[in-house]
Amino acid sequence: MKRSRLGRLLGTSVLGLAGRLPLAAAASGWDELNMPRGVTSASRNIYALHMMALWVCVGIAVVVFGVMIWSLIFHRKSRGAVPDVTLTHSTKVEVVWTAVPVLILVGMAIPAARLLLKINNNTDPQVNIRVTGFQWGWRYQYLGTPVSIISKLSASSNDASQMHSGIRPSAVPHYLLSVDHQVVVPVGEKVRLLITSIDVIHSWWVPDLGVKRDAIPGYINEASFTIAANRPGIYRGQCTELCGRGHAYMPIVVRAVTPAAYQAWLKQHSGPQSEAATHPPAAAVTRS
Amino acid sequence: MAELHQTAAHAEHDHKPHGWRRWVFATNHKDIGTMYLIAAGTMFLIGGLAAMAIRAQLFKSGMKLFDPAMFNSLTTMHGLIMIFGAIMPAWVGLANWMIPLQIGAPDMALPRLNNLSFWILPFAFTLMVGSFFVPGGAVAGGWTMYPPLMQQFGAAFPMLIFAIHLMGISSILGAINVIVTIMNLRAPGMTLLRMPLFVWTWLITAYLLIAVMPVLAGAVTMQLTDHFFGTSFFNAAGGGDPVLFLHVFWFFGHPEVYILILPAFGIISEIIPTFSRKPLFGYEAMVYATASIAFLSFIVWGHHMFTVGMPVAAQLFFMLSTMLIAVPTGVKVFNWVATMWRGSLSFEPPMLFAVAFLFLFSIGGFSGLMLALVPSDYQYHGTYFVVAHFHYVLVPGAVFAIFGGVYYWLPKWSGRMYDMRLAKWHFWLSVIFVNVLFFPQHFLGLAGMPRRIPDYAPQFTDWNMVSSIGGFIFGASQVLFPYIIIKCIRSGKPIEANSPWEGAHGLEWELPCPAPYHSWQTPPSETMLAHGTGH
Repeated sequence: MKRSRLGRLLGTSVLGLAGRLPLAAAASGWDELNMPRGVTSASRNIYALHMMALWVCVGIAVVVFGVMIWSLIFHRKSRGAVPDVTLTHSTKVEVVWTAVPVLILVGMAIPAARLLLKINNNTDPQVNIRVTGFQWGWRYQYLGTPVSIISKLSASSNDASQMHSGIRPSAVPHYLLSVDHQVVVPVGEKVRLLITSIDVIHSWWVPDLGVKRDAIPGYINEASFTIAANRPGIYRGQCTELCGRGHAYMPIVVRAVTPAAYQAWLKQHSGPQSEAATHPPAAAVTRS
Repeated sequence: MAELHQTAAHAEHDHKPHGWRRWVFATNHKDIGTMYLIAAGTMFLIGGLAAMAIRAQLFKSGMKLFDPAMFNSLTTMHGLIMIFGAIMPAWVGLANWMIPLQIGAPDMALPRLNNLSFWILPFAFTLMVGSFFVPGGAVAGGWTMYPPLMQQFGAAFPMLIFAIHLMGISSILGAINVIVTIMNLRAPGMTLLRMPLFVWTWLITAYLLIAVMPVLAGAVTMQLTDHFFGTSFFNAAGGGDPVLFLHVFWFFGHPEVYILILPAFGIISEIIPTFSRKPLFGYEAMVYATASIAFLSFIVWGHHMFTVGMPVAAQLFFMLSTMLIAVPTGVKVFNWVATMWRGSLSFEPPMLFAVAFLFLFSIGGFSGLMLALVPSDYQYHGTYFVVAHFHYVLVPGAVFAIFGGVYYWLPKWSGRMYDMRLAKWHFWLSVIFVNVLFFPQHFLGLAGMPRRIPDYAPQFTDWNMVSSIGGFIFGASQVLFPYIIIKCIRSGKPIEANSPWEGAHGLEWELPCPAPYHSWQTPPSETMLAHGTGH
């Protein structure tokens, strides 16, 4: 019994690796290498900052590792290298390799600081949504409207994720990244989120939007985004702060539609909603 | 003089305890150092088993070896065991063995305190590991233990808090011992700026320990009173704030990670000059850089909390202070490279691990710099990009430095040379597969995989599979390490000279191999000092 299970495991891994050669199907995991550019100006600017920092690090690595590799090859005892025991210190060199990194860091800090201020500008939103994390799902209340949704892991993903379900993830659409009720937002308009929790710390993250903010019980965090007008679509994210047994099972799915479709959706959902019983929201303090 | 020596030798024979008393009542720094290292090695293997379980669960999407709650317990205890059970005791073990030898002192200043510091640990470790077996299982809130989640666990919660208090006391007492020893027992002529870098980095680490272990104790005690005595430090309904815990914890937590790495910097600073046959480049700059890193470590803690809702001005401050730490760290890397430059290099196992450290710790440093940029961190935080970063600085960083230190000093401790061919196998397997294990985790984080999840969407399977295979082989390779050590002690080739390493300087190499049970009972001569301080 044990041997066949081990055999199956080894077999799966070898076949699994072979079957996943880059020549295989389009949605190959090997392509998952980098941050997405995303669909908001925030996400695109973050991507650019990330790539700039990456190239700076690569550049520094090439120089420093290059010197190291040179030394490893040409200064070996086996090559006959004799140590230069007088080469023990140099104040000039210390100053240079302190000052140059400082200049590089200043060059990186300026665009980073600018972007930080820009992203955290939450003024003049057109839509306000209160996002409440709970164990284990999200509730979205569209402020100024009666619309309120509870969004939990979809039934198909939930069933597949159970122990001994016998259902393979590839058989489930968007395994662990699909929900029963998606949060709908308009493109081209500034959406401000007021994020909180009713139990433990969660974190709301959608990579394509460039937004991640913690959901702290008893406090409200603000974040905002504007999806590019020409990028309607579905954007998926996950809870990003360990929140117990269901941490991996409370995804976020944002459906971005035209402003007209958004208004229509709001009207459609303004009827009485059946919600799972939740605690009434406690008096909350806004954190900027 | 000869009479005094004879009397001392007789006293040694008469009073040296044997059997279990030698170890339970140990006051000799060599014995206590050995016990710390064995304890650390044992905890490393236990923490490693937890890691193997984690990588098995994450082998592919939909793998269901463990219930998610058990998985969360495994990740939590893996972190706590590795940090508090493996790395920190290993550093104290190396400090105990080497600091007296390197400064010409006969032992640590406070030998009985030293005994207490060690013997607290087995109780603490039993509580930690034992917490898996109580109702409700081990805590599952991550090693960072954030409330309110931590308040949801059962009997394991007070067990863990107590274990943390015990380990904290052990560390504080050990740190006091280190400082008092270094400040008071240096041999005549061993001025502060003549001390080996390993002693300097441990002196600075000891101050960090004394400063921040009480802060951790405070943080976990506040969680304890919130749970059992009706306080509301971290409960908004009672007027408190969960984020207060994050601030207090990370005020400890950031200096803690420098506690985990500074002794590694010291070891690398011993090994590279020896195997380059050249003095350490920029000794004073290295001391100042280490002190700068230690100072700066107190003002960067917010970078662990950029998404928590801090005021933007605070986020900006922490971004800039964090970027600043790259400067003294870079200075150290450059000085190590300059030590190798125009040296005469040979690649015995200690040097192999030291060179790997230089490359791979630097990669960890680069991802750290990227994490410092707040807008980018909004996308990296809580993902596998962070996991990749800290494992690079801790595994091919701190752990490789520990391996390097053991392979460097084992001949001094045991009087025998180990099987170098096997040690090189240990090195090559470790260095290749540590990269297979952790490098793909950068990709996973950037692609959107959060951390601390027992299951994930199928698009993350490929790199997870690679990482898991790397993990299994890296983990299996570690079995070589205790085997090599035991084989050396039992049947390694005895060493005739004081030092098997041609370029080694330092007072420890003025002593025979193995170092006598009581060493430096007479202080080193000026000739020994001149030869033994290679800068």
